[in-house]
Amino acid sequence: MAAPATRPSAAPVGTPASAPQRVDGMHARNAVVRAAITSLVLVILLLYLMPLGYSIATSLKSKEQVSDVNAPILPSAPERFEFEGQTYDVYRVPTDEGEQRWALITPGRNSSMFVDTENPDAGLFEWEGRWRTLTPAYRLAFQWSNYQRAYEFIDFIRLLGFTLMYAGITTIAATASAAIVAYGFARFKFPFRNVLFIVLISTIILPPQVTLVPTYAFFFQLGWVGTWLPLIVPQFFSNAYNVFLLRQYFMTIPTSMEEAARIDGAGPIRTFVSVILPQAVPALIAVSLFHFFFAWNDFFGPLIYLAGNADINPLAVGLFRFNGLYSSEPQLIQAASILTMIIPLLIFFFAQRFFMQGIVLTGDK
Amino acid sequence: MAFLDEIQRARREKTPREKLGRMARWEARWGYAFIALWMVGFSLWYLIPMAASLVFSLFDFELTNLSAARFVGLGNWRRLLFEDPLVWQSLRVTFTFALISLPVGMVSAFFLAVLLNSKHLIAANLFRTLFYAPAMVPAVAGVLIWSGVLDPTTGWINRLIAFVFQVDAVGPNGIRWLADPVLVYVAYTLIGLWGIGNAILYNLASLQGVPTELYEAADIDGAGWWRKLTAITVPMVSPVIFYNLVLGVIALLQFFVTPYVLTGGSGFPQGQTYYYMIHFFKQAFGFLNMGYGATIAWFMFLIALGITVLLFGTAKYWVYYAAERR
Repeated sequence: MAAPATRPSAAPVGTPASAPQRVDGMHARNAVVRAAITSLVLVILLLYLMPLGYSIATSLKSKEQVSDVNAPILPSAPERFEFEGQTYDVYRVPTDEGEQRWALITPGRNSSMFVDTENPDAGLFEWEGRWRTLTPAYRLAFQWSNYQRAYEFIDFIRLLGFTLMYAGITTIAATASAAIVAYGFARFKFPFRNVLFIVLISTIILPPQVTLVPTYAFFFQLGWVGTWLPLIVPQFFSNAYNVFLLRQYFMTIPTSMEEAARIDGAGPIRTFVSVILPQAVPALIAVSLFHFFFAWNDFFGPLIYLAGNADINPLAVGLFRFNGLYSSEPQLIQAASILTMIIPLLIFFFAQRFFMQGIVLTGDK
Repeated sequence: MAFLDEIQRARREKTPREKLGRMARWEARWGYAFIALWMVGFSLWYLIPMAASLVFSLFDFELTNLSAARFVGLGNWRRLLFEDPLVWQSLRVTFTFALISLPVGMVSAFFLAVLLNSKHLIAANLFRTLFYAPAMVPAVAGVLIWSGVLDPTTGWINRLIAFVFQVDAVGPNGIRWLADPVLVYVAYTLIGLWGIGNAILYNLASLQGVPTELYEAADIDGAGWWRKLTAITVPMVSPVIFYNLVLGVIALLQFFVTPYVLTGGSGFPQGQTYYYMIHFFKQAFGFLNMGYGATIAWFMFLIALGITVLLFGTAKYWVYYAAERR
């Protein structure tokens, strides 16, 4: 670990070096290998994301469909057919000319009266067989109202407001404080610097529970339990993971510009703000994203500190409580789950370049 | 790798002991000024609470009635070690699950990274993004999604198994993933697979740093795919595997959201999901037993410390640090 961390821009996560092709005959073989590996990865991906597909499908189903074992996998409703002013169920009837979609008009034990949905003018006709053995016909139908109901029941706007407030404030606080501390560790020599840095890093591996009871007692004495303060205030004192990431990045920035600024009479604060920070924007964005997602996800903290005050819960805790209340309506649970993930997923897809480079930076040697 | 290496490196580096000159004093003062925020935070949120936690473990008290606090000496520790069967049960549950979930997660992350690093893979960047995406799903939402997909009757997992293997897996008599005392570990492991996104990326970054000459030399020697994997890739990536292992063990000791969301901490089925963290949460914040809660937390810290020291001790036998040889 002698080499300093590479700048993310210099270490693209893509394009492994591929040797130039020497033999033309290898092209065909290569195409087969490509197709095989890509299909394998695609199959694994589909399995990996299947729960997401389930969730989306379920969130758009009616309550009846969710509890009906024989209903199709995709959101659907039983097909109905209107005939002479009345609506009837449609069944898939096997015939000599393939499967037909017929509406059941008068059910009978061993034979029933049907009408052909394709050709209603032909009128009623009799079909020999037990109609109960037939499969009902379904058509795709999306219950978008599930989202509206979940949105209202969970009180989405209020939960979202508290989540955004928490994530917003602490992201700014955590990133700014970590940048200040990281600059101290990256650019200044002082006694015990290495010892202090080891202590800082060790707190990453420290289980937070060991400090939790006294911290909780402390906030309880202050009268802060039941408010957001215990969750927000500690974030102003920097966090080891963020400091580590930013320090690694700062150390890759050449010192020449700082020296020039110093010769021009700029003090350390000025140098930090106008030389270092502008050059560290990708790393600052990465740290902000990490913290934003952490705060969005935070469950345990709000669970214990806001326990007596359900009115100010964030989405994670709100979703948990919602699950307890509406466990008999899986389609609403799934709709609410999707609602809580839309914003982080959108941010991730738009900012994934910074995000993934940031992860690589913390993991990089 | 990463910050774990940094610890090793910082330990070797000597801080000069000689008396500081004027410039050096100026620099040191500014250095302390910049890290002051962290030093205050460290004292407030780590140092003092850790010490206080140890002191708390010697008392029996409730937050709402501090005047009734009672000094019990090592009473809480005796209770934890000898009189509370739930401590050992929850530790057994936690470590059983870790022994299943950690290898599965780490091996999956490694092989996915190998596949995603393949030069034959089309649209590699798109795949990498999509494989990472589940790590972005908020934990509670992820658990609820999995609880649906694992449902014996309406979930897709049983339907898929029934379809692929043509067996009767769906319905009330189908596979009850979350209610079977053995299968529940498989189910929780599957849920955990949505959290391996970071591990995949760490592995991927490390794979990209393996010098291609090594593979070219192995090709000349006629080494096959498996031989190259075990003799080159795994040793070269071992620092990342070590890092994922350390963080994975520590994270599993704190495993909470999945069992709490799925069972409310009841341990269903048959106490098999009564994890150590659940026990801590119940004692400290359910029964508001703060003294005993602090004891449970301190014991967790001691276990985490022990495992970390143990893992660091074994590292020199199997973790390969190329940079050390320079």
